[in-house]
Amino acid sequence: MTDTLPDNTGYVAAAYLVFFALVLIYVVIMAAKLSRFERELSELNDLADRRLAQDDEESREHEAVRT
Amino acid sequence: MTSQLLYGTRLRALSLLTAVTLTAGFALAFFYAPMDADQGFMQKIFYVHVPMAIVALCGFVFAGIMAIQHLRTRDARYDLRSYVAIHLSLILGAGVLITGSIWAKASWGHWWVWDEPTLVSFLVVFLLYATYQPLRFSIEDPERQARYASVFAVVAGAFVPLNFLAVRMAQSYTHPRVFATADGGLPDKMKLAFVVCLLGMSALYVTLWKYEMASKHTSAQLRSLRRKLGGDEAVTPTGRSAAPSLGTSQ
Repeated sequence: MTDTLPDNTGYVAAAYLVFFALVLIYVVIMAAKLSRFERELSELNDLADRRLAQDDEESREHEAVRT
Repeated sequence: MTSQLLYGTRLRALSLLTAVTLTAGFALAFFYAPMDADQGFMQKIFYVHVPMAIVALCGFVFAGIMAIQHLRTRDARYDLRSYVAIHLSLILGAGVLITGSIWAKASWGHWWVWDEPTLVSFLVVFLLYATYQPLRFSIEDPERQARYASVFAVVAGAFVPLNFLAVRMAQSYTHPRVFATADGGLPDKMKLAFVVCLLGMSALYVTLWKYEMASKHTSAQLRSLRRKLGGDEAVTPTGRSAAPSLGTSQ
């Protein structure tokens, strides 16, 4: 019976491709966000290190003034 | 490592479950479910189009429920949940319209049929929700923005079941019925494939919703951390935004 039906494989493939493309685009956007978070986290890590070093230096200066 | 910290192992398990369920659903649709006697191979579009439509509409209703919670509690987290749910449902909605058009072209020879209530009512719902983001963007004050957006989500969310009822009550039977009431409905094999596809699509929605929520929370926490470490000048001003602001505590 199905032999007489028109071949609509292209339409079916297109519909499923649309779905997978939407999911793929979403995943790519999420991956881009994740890499931005990683970059921001490493920036904040550097900032925290600098702040710690600055605080250490200030406390050493205070010690030196006291002595 | 960062992704593991941000999203956790539970979300990874959910992602795997989604991939397995969707793959199983599509495999059942293509290799287990019988060929439709009327439409033939093109009926396979049904297994991606209809679950997407159902999940998108349920997402809009879920957004409305979250908006009610926001209006009741004034908790910004509910506004964010509603916002993310609408955002995802809109993406799925676009998919529904495109796959529906492809199916219409294959089945009826036209990309769009204006006298078909199912198509037009879904388009109306989609266009209604398409105004959600501009509405949010047009309001500068975050508190008012969240409140007005919640009111919109509640009203529009109530409209969604009407769309479903309108389709059910419609006299036109051009659009294929999913579960016909009078003359039987889907054969068991098709029903099984459809249910697994629906479960997979629901799992996909929940997974993406959770990823988006985790991403928004992480973004807010990073801003808060940057402000604590570098002061207000370290935080680049975001300007007017349609996205809900979580403040610094979230």
